[in-house]
Amino acid sequence: MGKRILIVEDEPNIVISLEFLMKREGFEVEVATDGEAALMAVGESAPDLVLLDIMLPKMNGFEVCQKLRADPRWRGMKIVMLTAKGRETEVAKGMALGADLYVTKPFSTKDLVAQVKELLGSGT
Amino acid sequence: MLQGWVIVLVAFAYLGVLFAVAYYGDKRAEAGRSIIANPYIYALSLAVYCSTWTFYGSVGRAASTGIGFLPVYLGPTLMVALWWYTMRKIIRITKAYRITSIADFISSRYGKSQMLGRLVTVIAVIGVIPYISLQLKAISGSFTILRHYPRIVMPAQAVAQPILNDTALYIALMLAAFTILFGTRHLDATERHEGLVAAIAFESVVKLLGFLVVGAFVTFGIYRGFGEIFRLAQQVPRLRALMTVADTGNTYGTWGFLTFLSMLSIVTLPRQFQISVVENVDEDHLRKAIWLFPLYLFLINVFVLPIALGGMMLFAGRGVDADTFVLTLPMAQQKEALALFAFIGGLSAGTGMVIVETIALSTMVCNDLVMPVLLRVKWLRLNERPDLSRLLLSIRRWAITGILMLGYIHFRAAGEAYALVATGLISFAAVAQFAPAIFGGIYWRGGTRDGAIAGLSAGFAVWAYTLLLPSFAKSGWLPASFLTEGPFGIPLLKPQQLFGLSGLDEISHCLFWSMLANIGIHVVVSLAGRQSITETGQATMFVDVFRRTQAPERSGLWRGSAAVEDLLPLLGRFLGPDRAREAFLAYARRRGVDSPEQLRADADLVAFAETQLAGAIGGASARVMVASLVQEQPPGLDEVMDILDEASQVRAYSRQLEQKSRELEAATAELRAANKLLQELDRMKDDFMSTVTHELRTPLTSIRAFSEILLEDPEIHLPERKRFLAIIVKETQRLTRLINQVLDLSKIESGSAEWHTTELDVHEVIRESVETSSQLFRESRVELVTSAGTDAGPRVMADRDRLVQVLINLLSNAVKVCRPGEGRVEIRLGVSNGFLRVDVQDNGPGISPADHETVFEKFRQVGDTLTGKPKGTGLGLPISRRIVEHFGGRLWVESELGKGATFSFILPLEVPAAKAGPELAQAAG
Repeated sequence: MGKRILIVEDEPNIVISLEFLMKREGFEVEVATDGEAALMAVGESAPDLVLLDIMLPKMNGFEVCQKLRADPRWRGMKIVMLTAKGRETEVAKGMALGADLYVTKPFSTKDLVAQVKELLGSGT
Repeated sequence: MLQGWVIVLVAFAYLGVLFAVAYYGDKRAEAGRSIIANPYIYALSLAVYCSTWTFYGSVGRAASTGIGFLPVYLGPTLMVALWWYTMRKIIRITKAYRITSIADFISSRYGKSQMLGRLVTVIAVIGVIPYISLQLKAISGSFTILRHYPRIVMPAQAVAQPILNDTALYIALMLAAFTILFGTRHLDATERHEGLVAAIAFESVVKLLGFLVVGAFVTFGIYRGFGEIFRLAQQVPRLRALMTVADTGNTYGTWGFLTFLSMLSIVTLPRQFQISVVENVDEDHLRKAIWLFPLYLFLINVFVLPIALGGMMLFAGRGVDADTFVLTLPMAQQKEALALFAFIGGLSAGTGMVIVETIALSTMVCNDLVMPVLLRVKWLRLNERPDLSRLLLSIRRWAITGILMLGYIHFRAAGEAYALVATGLISFAAVAQFAPAIFGGIYWRGGTRDGAIAGLSAGFAVWAYTLLLPSFAKSGWLPASFLTEGPFGIPLLKPQQLFGLSGLDEISHCLFWSMLANIGIHVVVSLAGRQSITETGQATMFVDVFRRTQAPERSGLWRGSAAVEDLLPLLGRFLGPDRAREAFLAYARRRGVDSPEQLRADADLVAFAETQLAGAIGGASARVMVASLVQEQPPGLDEVMDILDEASQVRAYSRQLEQKSRELEAATAELRAANKLLQELDRMKDDFMSTVTHELRTPLTSIRAFSEILLEDPEIHLPERKRFLAIIVKETQRLTRLINQVLDLSKIESGSAEWHTTELDVHEVIRESVETSSQLFRESRVELVTSAGTDAGPRVMADRDRLVQVLINLLSNAVKVCRPGEGRVEIRLGVSNGFLRVDVQDNGPGISPADHETVFEKFRQVGDTLTGKPKGTGLGLPISRRIVEHFGGRLWVESELGKGATFSFILPLEVPAAKAGPELAQAAG
């Protein structure tokens, strides 16, 4: 029963850290480095949780989130917005678009892992 | 059967009926159901114009001048046609401003001048006394004649009679009594006498009937119709002459003057003013009066000529006075009842005239002559008397008696000098002097008080000289030579041929000169003088009365104010406490207030009190009384000018306001634009800040994440550990670079950067940059070529470090885009037009023209699509550009996709004089 996590992030070093963290917890990890690739990856095989950056090339994270939420197949999918944009308006926008969690960078690794586990633990 | 006592009894019975009619009229008026609110009654009351002059005198005049009796009736007919314009205005003014007599009207118009009121009253009394005396003469004469029935005896000379036997005296006294009864039972604020008007209308009917009946009798009874009378008269040469205009000494001039004269007198005779203006109830009655009154005049004159001709034929040679034909013809035919009826008709005509005229005169005498004097006499202390209404009434009663006595005296003294009509015309000419003041007053704002006084005095003086004195001369009081040779023998001053103007009858002559003097002097003095404030105000109110129709209470020229507690007793003193209280109550109701005590003490209230008082004691006195109470200060010319100024100020202010609001709009628009710009800049700043924050947080994220990972997990393998630490170090460097660049850019943009500008050798700079970047190039395996040799190169003024910074930036950009192993970067130098030019060309993917400017924007990096996330901060080019521009140069890129990119910049050359030659040679090479 391995949970699959899609990491959508264009900064390579951050990808490395996230990948390490998630794999360490036993999750399956997939990476997409821009919005379009993300949607394609989801389309191919829907993950259980998406770690979604906002500042992405080709399509930003908000749009991706909106599109993901629009599709009834992926209703149950968890979306965690992970971004350096921390303004209140951005947070609100993210939550309004249907994200389950909004995490600002730099993040605490311990907290992030715990929250991911909780999100994935509850929904089965 | 017509004994004296029968006649007297009938006369008294008739007067009793009159009185009853008057009484009934008054009672109905008090009950609010006036019987005179009727245009027919109004028109009939106007016929008071027809006195015994009409009843008896027309026939007399016709007997001597044929149809020369007509002009006196043509005038009113013509004038009445204009009445809708002139009379309506006069009535409107009178009602609006509570004017009570002709003296009040004139004095009110010219600044409420008491002097003018006095003058008008005096002229009116003097002018009208002869007219009254002629009524006395007619009534007493007709009585005497009738008494001697069946003999026809002409009344003896009045002077021959001892006074106590003189019926005229008793008639005068009786008339006085009746006038007092008719007109002075109480004081009315508006000086209206409803009962009197009813009685006068009744009288008009009686006299018309009387004349018509006698006329019908003569024409159809004695003769057989108009045709026969005229046919028979044609056969008598003298009579035939009467029936043509030319032979009777009538000229068109005479007709013209007489018509004009009577046109004026229908307005200016005190009794006419009283009846047609003061007693008028409704302006609309004028409409009917305009044709009813001329109709009446026509009817009462229809039989004049037949009676005259008939009388002359029947009484030929018997010395019967033509003035008496109306009475003597029925007598001669033994028609007693008819004769009696004729007598009553004549009595009607005479008493009507006397009563109304005397009432009008006594009002003027009381208000304008006596009261002002009494008010000034301090020791009478009239101000303190609680009830002056009785005093006023008794003054009027004495005035009535006095006037009638004067009339009687004139009758005895001047007696036979004139026939009835001539005497009447003299009165007409006297009151005609009021016309310029009245008509000028209601149409010309420029007439001044001084002008009116001067004109009136001049006209009256001329009248006295050309008509009154000659009448004395003709009565024998002045030597006859006065008339024939002029005073002191000066022919030019002959009273009836002034300055040689002959050929006119005395009336026309007088009218001509008096009007000339009156109008001329009135105009000249008015134009030469100035009006006082009150005059100007009054003039406007009179001339513009139609524009202020529904504004009964005028305010505005009272500056002070007085409370009801003071005004009520004042009014009560003159009107009687009850009437005063009623008046205030009505005023309070109109103001929407329950009781007079709640009325505000303001200028309106004062003006109201003044108008009410004016009804009792005349406008001029009222003003004096109220003014003493109010202690007003009349508005100075300055204040009036201020009021006028205000109007123009308001206009100017509103124009200013318009302009200001337009300016405000413009300013608002500007502000809005500036605000938008600021918001834009703010947003841009926000964007910058937000982007910077984001850029800073990104490396921090890696640093923190890997630090935490390494800290948490000591079991990580060494290779991985090393890898993570290396990332931490790199990100730290990246962060540092970013921070530095952000600060750098901020400093440069805000102008707080430090520039160490010196003369530089460009070759040196290039060499240094190349050296610094060589490591990078080696690692990337990109070829770097430069044409900058080791010799001295062109010199520029710049900051060394900064210029190096720019070159390094360009070089590192070039390296980043070149494919490893295939990349080639070339640095070229050139000099032209006093500028150094440096090109850094790479053979990378190139930049599309659309992005040529974008690469120089902060944090913008191109190449997302092809090479993934570009390395670098995105701030290098913006900083380089600002550095170059700071030194007066320009930085740009030329490139096409797939054909590499060339970044170029120029800098102004520093040309030291001595070294010009070698540089140019170098540049050429």
